[in-house]
Amino acid sequence: MSKADVVRSAPDPESAPVPGGQWPRAIYDILKAFDVRHMSYVPDAGHSTLIKLLNADPEVTSNVLTTEEEGVAIAAGAWLGGQRSVLLMQSSGVGNCINMLSLPVIARFPLLMLVTMRGEWSEFNPWQVPMGRATQPALEAIGVRVMRADAASDLIATVESAATLAYGADQQIAVLIGQRLLGKKKW
Amino acid sequence: MGMTSSANPAFALSRRDAVKALLADRKDALVVTGLGSASYDVHAAGDRDDNYYLWGAMGAAALVGLGLAQAQPKRTVLVVTGDGEQLMAFGSLATIAVAKARNLVIVVIDNGHFGETGMQTSHTGRGLNFADVAASCGFAHTATLTRIEEVKDLARGLGGAAEGPSLFVIKVAAEIPPRSLPPRDAVFIKNRFRTSLDLAPT
Repeated sequence: MSKADVVRSAPDPESAPVPGGQWPRAIYDILKAFDVRHMSYVPDAGHSTLIKLLNADPEVTSNVLTTEEEGVAIAAGAWLGGQRSVLLMQSSGVGNCINMLSLPVIARFPLLMLVTMRGEWSEFNPWQVPMGRATQPALEAIGVRVMRADAASDLIATVESAATLAYGADQQIAVLIGQRLLGKKKW
Repeated sequence: MGMTSSANPAFALSRRDAVKALLADRKDALVVTGLGSASYDVHAAGDRDDNYYLWGAMGAAALVGLGLAQAQPKRTVLVVTGDGEQLMAFGSLATIAVAKARNLVIVVIDNGHFGETGMQTSHTGRGLNFADVAASCGFAHTATLTRIEEVKDLARGLGGAAEGPSLFVIKVAAEIPPRSLPPRDAVFIKNRFRTSLDLAPT
């Protein structure tokens, strides 16, 4: 492979800037391109636009959850039946998922979790801090690979790469969407 | 609400007999089993490629069933699990009810105890009735069965016009039959199941 090929195939944040407010639409487009027809969520303000887009899509089955680990099991069931699923949550919900993640990890189910972070950048609420700190180590301890994006331009390439790993290579991936990218919560 | 005592001699039904009757004519129903005795009961009734056995992830069974039912809307999905396993996913009944999965049938094999861990009395052994909980959540059909004839009637109706979700409790004796162990290689079970649906492993 020549150097030119590498440059052409590599994601280049400079050539395709994604304005801060438009990343949910860009993620939606990626999920559609990967033929994701199933999603589950516990709402988070950071995910509200993406949830709206997926809920409005007649090709996508949506599940609102009472707790995040439900979505881990639902995604496994959807894959058993031939559908790709995506799971949306806030970082606090990662703590609820840990034992349920045994299922995709040991059975090698494709899993794509998109996690909006709290408790790190400009956090106002101290109660968010402990789980924000534990999110990445907890995921890694149970065997989920963590990818992280703190800028909208980087997020798109990260989600695309994560979707390929999850659906193409049967991996269990959590994309952490940094609080710096999401912006300060307004009180 | 049927308040029941764990010592109630009315629940004499053997879990093996009940599950065998439930699956005797399952037609093309896909089966998901909750960890522990429910997995052993389904395995004892006959191992099949379209059984998905859980060996862990307590609380997953009904929810794996939901995802599967949504991905395979033309098939009946039958979840067979125990009262302890379903208790760990109490909120799942709310999620499944609002998802309105018409083709999902949950059967709780209810011995009122945590049978795998020393037969401690569970919430259902202390009076909680899952059929009532599911009805409150909005399930289309719910019932509590105590006799083998009732289980056979339920089995005959499986795969019929689905208006679910449905949840049926089968009250069984608190006993530990000889273990009948399904394969524990989770990747193998997953791929065997998918292959039975003509889906590629990856």
